[in-house]
Amino acid sequence: MAERKLKIATTSLAGCFGCHMSFLDIDEKLMLLNDRIEFNRSPLTDIKQCSPSDIGLIEGGVCNADNVRVLREFRANCTILIAVGACAITGGVPAMRNYFDLRECLEEVYLNGTGVTNPQIPSDTELPLLLDKVYPVQEVVKIDYFLPGCPPSADAFLQLLVPQLDGQKPQLAADQLHYD
Amino acid sequence: MLVVMKNQSWPHSLIFDKQHLLHRLYTLQQQDRHISAETIVRVAGEFNLPVSQVASVVDFYSFFYRKPVGRYHMLLSNCTSCGYQAGKTDLLKMLCRSLNVDPGVTRADGLVSISETSCIGMCDHGASMLINGIPLVGLDETKVTRIAGLVEQQLTLCQWPQDWFQITRSIRQSGMLLNNTGSSGNSLTKALSAGPGRTLDMIEHSGLRGRGGAGFSAGKKWRLCREATGDAHYVVCNADEGEPGTFKDRVLLQCHAGALFEGMTICALVIGARKGYLYLRGEYRYLLAHLQEALELHYSNNLLGCSILGHAGFDFDIEIVVGAGAYICGEESALIESLEGKPGVPRIRPPFPVTHGYLGQPTAVNNVETFIAAAYIVTHGSDNFRMAGTEQSTGSKILSVSGDCRNPGIYEYAFGVSIQEILDDCGADNVQAVQIGGPAGTLVAHRDFRRRISFEGVSTGGSFLVFGENRDLLTVNQNFARFFAHESCGFCTPCRVGTRLMEGSLQKIVDGRAVAADIEEIKRLSSLIMRYSHCGLGHTAANHMLDSLRQFPGLFEKRIMQQAFSPQIDLEAALETARQITHRDDADAHLD
Amino acid sequence: MTNEANKAIDANSITIDGETVPFDAGQTIMDAALAVKIYIPHLCHYPGLTPAGNCRLCMVEANGKSVAACVTQAQSGQQVSSNTPELNAARLSITQMLFVEGNHICPSCEKSGNCRLQAMGYYLGMLEEHFHQFNPRREIDASHSTVLLDRDRCILCDLCVRASRDVDKKNVFAIAGRGIHARLIVNTASGKLGDSNIEAKDLAAKICPVGAILIRERSFDSPVAERIYDRQSISDTAMTEHVPRKEDDRG
Repeated sequence: MAERKLKIATTSLAGCFGCHMSFLDIDEKLMLLNDRIEFNRSPLTDIKQCSPSDIGLIEGGVCNADNVRVLREFRANCTILIAVGACAITGGVPAMRNYFDLRECLEEVYLNGTGVTNPQIPSDTELPLLLDKVYPVQEVVKIDYFLPGCPPSADAFLQLLVPQLDGQKPQLAADQLHYD
Repeated sequence: MLVVMKNQSWPHSLIFDKQHLLHRLYTLQQQDRHISAETIVRVAGEFNLPVSQVASVVDFYSFFYRKPVGRYHMLLSNCTSCGYQAGKTDLLKMLCRSLNVDPGVTRADGLVSISETSCIGMCDHGASMLINGIPLVGLDETKVTRIAGLVEQQLTLCQWPQDWFQITRSIRQSGMLLNNTGSSGNSLTKALSAGPGRTLDMIEHSGLRGRGGAGFSAGKKWRLCREATGDAHYVVCNADEGEPGTFKDRVLLQCHAGALFEGMTICALVIGARKGYLYLRGEYRYLLAHLQEALELHYSNNLLGCSILGHAGFDFDIEIVVGAGAYICGEESALIESLEGKPGVPRIRPPFPVTHGYLGQPTAVNNVETFIAAAYIVTHGSDNFRMAGTEQSTGSKILSVSGDCRNPGIYEYAFGVSIQEILDDCGADNVQAVQIGGPAGTLVAHRDFRRRISFEGVSTGGSFLVFGENRDLLTVNQNFARFFAHESCGFCTPCRVGTRLMEGSLQKIVDGRAVAADIEEIKRLSSLIMRYSHCGLGHTAANHMLDSLRQFPGLFEKRIMQQAFSPQIDLEAALETARQITHRDDADAHLD
Repeated sequence: MTNEANKAIDANSITIDGETVPFDAGQTIMDAALAVKIYIPHLCHYPGLTPAGNCRLCMVEANGKSVAACVTQAQSGQQVSSNTPELNAARLSITQMLFVEGNHICPSCEKSGNCRLQAMGYYLGMLEEHFHQFNPRREIDASHSTVLLDRDRCILCDLCVRASRDVDKKNVFAIAGRGIHARLIVNTASGKLGDSNIEAKDLAAKICPVGAILIRERSFDSPVAERIYDRQSISDTAMTEHVPRKEDDRG
């Protein structure tokens, strides 16, 4: 019986694409996976809209309104949604702005910082509006699995995905659990 | 300066080793309206303490301030009975608006500061505040407007209407203790003639149990303390009633201080103490002068001091130490820490204070009412005492009744009285529930009003809060959750963090943003806080939530959304700051 | 220290998860457990220092009652359960509480890999922090030339307070403030570490389980994969921890 390929969508919200890079680090095993999976919306495919998928991988935390919309789109379309990496799960490095008020941050960057010319806080409607804080994805939508790490290793990605090819629950090995 | 302050307000007959740290800090704060870093260093020098200990004390107690408060410093109670939200209007907001000041921030001209504080024990007087430490009761919109005017005119408090500061005793029903007026050393005389051993037998036989709420046998406590070896033994009276809705000790201190001091002295006789402390909650500082007068009277009648009532070798002194705003100091080991000039963090128990208490020595800590009952027992006999009450809860209980009733006040009943009887007496109709024993106690719904007040039934330290049918009980839960988060000492993780999380979870329900899973989360969190916390505060901090969930599930259900998940945060609100900064209001600047 | 061999002869015993464990009078459940290499999770306990009982990770059921193993005396015949799904779930929640109340951004922390809070997360299988983050704003103290104080990561375990007071005899630290406002303070007039007499060789400078007190210029000494908890579990390292004994070489 020809197996249906598992549809995977991926995105990076307030992240650095490092988790995506680590995912690609599975190297030749990507070819093996390739027989079993296909990519939907993802920076790897440049597909812009998420259509119904089996698995969604979310890298990065939620820092602006656009992130919220993308995350909701993924939740609506993905059967299983997985938070990948420290930023998605805790807010991570982008969440270091959470120690300050948003106003303080913007004023420092766009008005009072060293070397600022033509000081003004950008307000173009094309720009995604910032949330007051950077939030972990699970505070915004229901998340089914978590894959911690900064980034999670290529092996960890495999441990996460391979069981799901056969409809089983993934279980991260203890030695793959790390927060950095 | 130190010399001048030292004995300023103390009866000359009392002997003090040195001024208490809390008092010294209070005195200096009175001068500067705050305690500066320099003051901390100076006090540390005076007391030969580490700077960090003085700093940690200043930061622990609510009534010490690191930044100057206003010349008119107003602390509005946030209790469900004497709080600023007890009526329809939010009086704190109104007062702040009238005086153009933000809560917790001193006005730029230094004239006024307004904050809220935990229950100040004026629940029988309506919405109340402490203004420069003095209770001002019966707040309403008219009064708030007038207060704002008086503050702006900078009139001294003596020039304000004096009836605003009238604290009535509101004793609605008296029993064996409240009827027993005019102490003149009777009980102490009897105790001295009976001797410590037989006096202790009497207390044990009476079945007297601690009136603070925990109900430990007073006789057993005294015996354990008497038998414990140490360099010195101490008697401590816990007058730190901070359970919201409790004010019976306030009335007892006002009307029965003599009996209290006698009870403490009897305890001293039994356990062999030469020194006692009355730890008075900071909210009741205004009672200090009265209590010192009563003490002085005792000294002049030789009921205290050296060779009491002519008994050579029986010397006992009582010193009053005033707290500075910390509910946790009602916990006996935290109270002892506070007495020792430290933050009120409860100790690891065992060992218990009866063997390792004040300064590590055997210490008997009892509630105001317990000492007064002990004095009564010695005068009238333990059989007389046992005639009232039930087998396991002998004698009477003094209740502080407040909330949605016509006659709030003090009611003394023999143990075993039913909740319904109390409600009938205090003029409470259409009651949906009563909270007995304060936020840490038990919520009793209408169908259980036949239940009785006793240690084996519904136990209480004295607080009896009535909630009428129009009361939104969820806001009561919210109030209690805030109370515990504010009063958690911060020592252990489950209580320090858990009480804050609870506040947030409840807010989500009140806002209508929660789903069924959030209710389960609250139950889980409640169990975590209650099972794994360090002390009684944590162990009881979620009682009110579990009681409400069990007895009024509809309250929660009607507020939750019928979906599997909802965001932890209000996302639309989380964009508001950015909208304001960028002046955007386009479709993309909104989320829901 | 007590001679291990003598200990077992006529000692009383308790059971921990069904295993018989001897103890000496005065020992806590934690002492007894560690003596026979049974791991009960803990962060605020460090053998050789007076136990505090604040982190609550060592909560066990002793004769059906929840108690902190580090501050509860062992009593003959006591039946203790520790390694149960229920207790480990509670410990996970408590660990998550410690994470959300502070600012713990592991990828940017010098202590990462050597951090006992992180290692506790690993031990308990913590995948996410579960609770809403508090994002507190806390003060960093970089006034000292060799020791850095980053309060963002402080878990208020009080180890540095006890180490400094009882071992170093310098009393450099204290916990001040109430409830969620509790914070580590420095025992100097300025409140700054730079004005204290702490030195990098002090136990208080080294005992911090997290990255709150760091010795400067030592960050990232070990490469990833060679750090403590890259190679070992906290349940292993806990077995060898002890305050330097007098005869030991300090420093």
